[in-house]
Amino acid sequence: MKYITELFERFREFAQTFGASQLFLLRMLWLTPAALLRPGLVIRQIHNAGVLSLTIVMVCGLFVGMVLGLHGYDTLMQYGSEESLGLVAAKSLLRELGPVVTALLFAGRAGTALTSEIGLMKATDQLSALEMMAVDPVKRIMVPRFIGGVVAMPLLAALFSAVGIFGAYLFGVPVMGVDEGAFWTQMQDGMDLFDDILSGILKSFVFGVAASLLAVYEGQAAIPTAEGVSRATTRTVVKTAMSILILDFIITALLFNGA
Amino acid sequence: MRQSRGIEFGTGVFMLLGIGALLFLTTQTANIDAYGSGEGYEVTARFNHVGTLKVRSPVSISGVTVGRVKSIDFDSVRLEAVVTLRIDSQFDQIPDDSDASVLTAGLLGGQYIGIEPGGSETFLADQSELEFTQSALILEELVGKYLFGGNSEN
Repeated sequence: MKYITELFERFREFAQTFGASQLFLLRMLWLTPAALLRPGLVIRQIHNAGVLSLTIVMVCGLFVGMVLGLHGYDTLMQYGSEESLGLVAAKSLLRELGPVVTALLFAGRAGTALTSEIGLMKATDQLSALEMMAVDPVKRIMVPRFIGGVVAMPLLAALFSAVGIFGAYLFGVPVMGVDEGAFWTQMQDGMDLFDDILSGILKSFVFGVAASLLAVYEGQAAIPTAEGVSRATTRTVVKTAMSILILDFIITALLFNGA
Repeated sequence: MRQSRGIEFGTGVFMLLGIGALLFLTTQTANIDAYGSGEGYEVTARFNHVGTLKVRSPVSISGVTVGRVKSIDFDSVRLEAVVTLRIDSQFDQIPDDSDASVLTAGLLGGQYIGIEPGGSETFLADQSELEFTQSALILEELVGKYLFGGNSEN
């Protein structure tokens, strides 16, 4: 009986946070036009979320692409079709690896920073101070950070994929001697603008919304103590990783069911 | 002030890089010509069997891609597949007695439509039909012919 009550309590808690975060998303969307009137704040947040994540995203993209080149070459060579290396690398990068890995890196690099920043603002009563000055902290602090993340994420994912393809090229063509023309033409022949590229961009956009929302939400919902902020930061990473992979399955199933 | 200049510059460069990457991905990694709505005309061809031909498969003459498959329908009266081909308008001198066949690119490649030019003096125009067609080869039928048809010749 005790376990059932606890289970029920857990579920109630989950449903409550889920509902609260959705309402919070609506509130932020409602305040978005007002926040865009102050582009300076938004630009600063695009800088924080995007420019500062650039190094990690591009370095990881390069190495993921090179690993893809290595594995792909190894497997494809058994069928004598190593010219398809470009196609294999581009498909896996654009469809899955680009958006998903970038979102996970984004959660680790930018999401944690957002959560702890907002959490500490709350712990040090800065948010209350803003409210005392009749400044809405959601509008002034959270919405610009949310928009910054949403704008930065698809661009980061595109950079990840582009650098990844370059990595696969770097390993495949000069190192393993795949024909350069075949590498690119096979890729261009097999890639589909809608199925492969636009679906990847859509994914990275959805992941951007999810990752930024969770980071900002967890920050403002943090218990205003040192321990509370650290817990909120951990929760951001855990929840973002889970929701991104779940969302990835849902989007993939919706876009590619049976086709 | 100086610091915010730096931030704005960095953000600008980042946005340009990102948009550049998006452009690179959309234009360089995929064959967007396949979606080109450039000038062209449509001809139809009827096949008994189209195999695994797909919409946007290439249409080629002598190995040169001159158009794409626009749609594949089934004519429920004549019980045949009707394939609409969209051919680029620069290839407007294809004889109208040319024959079309469903071919396979390589051992594992996808299927495409190959057009073998005829000798007629009149050319294909919009909405005309290719009269002579050859269906896709079905592996099972070939094997069947080899096994049973080969014996009857003896």
